[in-house]
Amino acid sequence: MIRLRDIHFRYNSRYVLSGLNFAVNPGDRIALLGPNGSGKTTLSHIIMGLLAPEAGEVEIFGKLRRTEPDFQDIRGRIGFLFQDADDQLFCPTVLEDVAFGPLNLGKSSEEAKRIVRDTLAALKLDGFEERITYQLSGGEKRLVSLATVLAMAPEILILDEPTSGLDEATTERLAEILNESALSYILISHDLDFVRKTTNKAVTMRDLNSNGTAREPIHSRVA
Amino acid sequence: MHIEEFALGDSWVHRLDPRVKIVATFVFAVVVALNQSLIASAVALIFPVALIAASGVSLKKVFLRLAVVNAFILFLWVFIPFTYPGKVVWSIGPLEVHREGLLLCLLMTLKSNAIILTVIALLGTSRVFSLVHALSHMGVPDKLVHLFFFCFRYIHVIHEEYHRLLTAMKVRGFKQRTDLHTYRTYAYLVGILLVRSFDRSRRIVAAMKCRGFRGRFYILHHHEMKGGDYMLGATSVLFSIVLLVAP
Repeated sequence: MIRLRDIHFRYNSRYVLSGLNFAVNPGDRIALLGPNGSGKTTLSHIIMGLLAPEAGEVEIFGKLRRTEPDFQDIRGRIGFLFQDADDQLFCPTVLEDVAFGPLNLGKSSEEAKRIVRDTLAALKLDGFEERITYQLSGGEKRLVSLATVLAMAPEILILDEPTSGLDEATTERLAEILNESALSYILISHDLDFVRKTTNKAVTMRDLNSNGTAREPIHSRVA
Repeated sequence: MHIEEFALGDSWVHRLDPRVKIVATFVFAVVVALNQSLIASAVALIFPVALIAASGVSLKKVFLRLAVVNAFILFLWVFIPFTYPGKVVWSIGPLEVHREGLLLCLLMTLKSNAIILTVIALLGTSRVFSLVHALSHMGVPDKLVHLFFFCFRYIHVIHEEYHRLLTAMKVRGFKQRTDLHTYRTYAYLVGILLVRSFDRSRRIVAAMKCRGFRGRFYILHHHEMKGGDYMLGATSVLFSIVLLVAP
């Protein structure tokens, strides 16, 4: 589904990704592990076309993706859950926020409202439609963010630290939701317990970067 | 922060079509602002006062808002009666109070209060997002509408961030004083807020793009004009005409 070949990416003079290779196949539930600053989020942003690599190929759903329109095609099919729910939820009510994606995909407002109802019901968030997004609790914000992503019926998910700041009960619920879904996903997380419960593969950023030398500055920084 | 503190009720004023409210407020405000007659300005107060009474919003909160506006108007009362040329009605030593100055102050006070009360009664009783919808339905340029909307949505988040930073500063022993250290600290605080807001705005755009955003907002609810909306529209226009013609 996703194939990255020989990706190079740097911030100023510091290479975060150097010769990275990465693939996601149907059924994969991959945990992406690595210390802070090792390029996990960068990698996920390259997949979504939010960052452009200096060199290398990004192939998604069987096609090479280079330009903004190439990536616009895939954004409905890959659901991206951001680290901070306040970045994701920007509409005043839950209804409008969850409907935002489906409306962008060209659904009518009737269809969009039906999708919102079904998605919220599937996440046991019935009755949240008229709640004000910025007044939700941290856990509710996370689940509603997930609803906004699932409402687009993605084929694959990218979850960036979905458990950060969540209490045990909400973390547990998130694990259940993921396990019950049939989706493939890439999970970026430092929560090893959560990773064990929800993934069937794990890779480290060290594994993915073939060239070890360019990574040195990061390691010395972390140490 | 309660930006929408008047919007939470459920009276017929709250339920009016926001498009009508915006037009009515605009027409009324322009007429009141142009008007030069004291009596007409006093009569103009009837319109917002009646609406506020009908909306059932907390009078205490309304007075608190008015107090803020009138604090500025107080400055006019301090200066204009003494400096505006006209008939002297009272003198204290070298200072002379002029009749025309007093009347001008009174006129400005009546006008400002009438306009502010109308804004509270009509715009304040709508949710910001429905006003945003109304503006985009009325053909206001998208960029302006988006700017207005995002300011509203993220003021709350930035305000929270500001309080978190301030708390963190206090926990480390920061006290406000009149010295360079305090000024510098506040400058840093404002600086980091700007930087963080900028970063956040970039993350928001990224998150929106990931959900298929291509520069266009689609609207879920559409406004519908009902009997009451036509009534309010007609009343406000009629009342404005009366104010214009009567004096």
